[in-house]
Amino acid sequence: MPLRTPLYDCHLAAGARMVDFSGWEMPIHYGSQIEEHHAVRRDAGMFDVSHMCALDLTGADATPWLRRLLANDVAKLTQPGKALYSCLLDESAGVIDDLIVYFFTAEHFRIVVNAGTAGKDIAWMRKQLPGFKAELTQRRDGPDALAMIAVQGPDARARFWTAFPATRAASEPLAVFQAAGHDDWLIARTGYTGEDGFEITLPAGDAARVWQKLLDAGIKPCGLGARDTLRLEAGMNLYGQDMDESISPYEAGLKWTVDLKDTARDFIGKPALEGNNARPVRNQFAGLLLLDRGVLRAHQKVITAQGAGEITSGTFSPSLNQSIALARLPAGVAIGSEVEVEIRDRRLKARVVKPSFVRNGKNLI
Amino acid sequence: MNAPANLKYAASHEWARLEADGSVTIGITDHAQEALGDIVFLELPAVGRVVKAGEECAVVESVKAASDIYVPVSGEVVDINQAAADAPESVNADAYATWLFRIMPADSAKCAAELGALLDAAAYTATF
Repeated sequence: MPLRTPLYDCHLAAGARMVDFSGWEMPIHYGSQIEEHHAVRRDAGMFDVSHMCALDLTGADATPWLRRLLANDVAKLTQPGKALYSCLLDESAGVIDDLIVYFFTAEHFRIVVNAGTAGKDIAWMRKQLPGFKAELTQRRDGPDALAMIAVQGPDARARFWTAFPATRAASEPLAVFQAAGHDDWLIARTGYTGEDGFEITLPAGDAARVWQKLLDAGIKPCGLGARDTLRLEAGMNLYGQDMDESISPYEAGLKWTVDLKDTARDFIGKPALEGNNARPVRNQFAGLLLLDRGVLRAHQKVITAQGAGEITSGTFSPSLNQSIALARLPAGVAIGSEVEVEIRDRRLKARVVKPSFVRNGKNLI
Repeated sequence: MNAPANLKYAASHEWARLEADGSVTIGITDHAQEALGDIVFLELPAVGRVVKAGEECAVVESVKAASDIYVPVSGEVVDINQAAADAPESVNADAYATWLFRIMPADSAKCAAELGALLDAAAYTATF
């Protein structure tokens, strides 16, 4: 039996084509993936992200526990509602998952993890709990289940306020990666598209009503297809595709999320990243821009002067009208150099670029 | 589902039409274009290539995925639709007007048998 979010009926009503995503029956598109993509770059679109798993963390040791658990350091979160992106590492610094953690107080956090990895994440987290005064509660199902809707695009916030004017006072002052409560909603200025917008976490029972009001405000429903092309253009990793337990954050372009400032802090995976026993960093995370005609796809082989690499995510970029990819390349390959990609029986030319193609409606290439 | 009665269909979602000059025009069905989603790239065969029925002959790429196109009849590729290759989204707009390539069979009796083995519109639409 596939899992369904509280918005399942809304998706069917909006004409969604449903697909399986990590056991969840989710919309891939509602007609045209490309139109949905453009709606987010040019106006406003919304995504049901209720399949992602929200966890509440409470307890006197919540902060020390997270400082041990995560590669990024929650100690720098001091303002209520402030969010932090982090990798969850195993002892060998392999990426178990990437997540967002919201700070409410030093003894109360919200963690949001990926849909397909939630089970193993929770098992891993619980294994690290003994000895700490902290409690972890999952909020994806049961009587206190939450739904999550991401509204994204240059006009997303304005359209959201049209639908819900009472939320404006709390949400308009929000800086990027900052959240605020409004009644029992959490409104966060975060997303996975490279555009401005909010991610709204709300009681599951409110979701269908809210979705309808957002539709009425002119926000276009967008499926996982557009979500993938948007995040790829923005150069954002997708867990399970661009990184997994075999990859360290240093090879996934995520060194910026590993916080080493507090040298006394001992987080899980740190000895495998730094010091004498650190694992070698042989690869780099880079972007590819296809110069010939065709479409780059995951697992295609990249031939460089420094050796072979592999595409981890590839697609046709609707914003650039050209194929782009994220790839793991040998460490010495320079940005700007030309490489070849094996596609079926052909070798096509591609340029190595920084892994960020389009953000805030602007072409960065 | 839209499947014109004057065409023959392969279970792998290609359509074929026998022309007056004995050649066979090939495209993908409306059902195929809908399942693929937004089509962004067509890799068409080289003119002059000799193919056998059932062979992979072209690739249709949507934003989502790449899909092989199998040629339903044997013969030589005599023409490709360059206009479609230049505007792949035209396959989404009208899958039956937007043909992909044309085959000239070497043996018209064999071609008739190959076409005869394909599905008619009613049998094709019954497959999904």
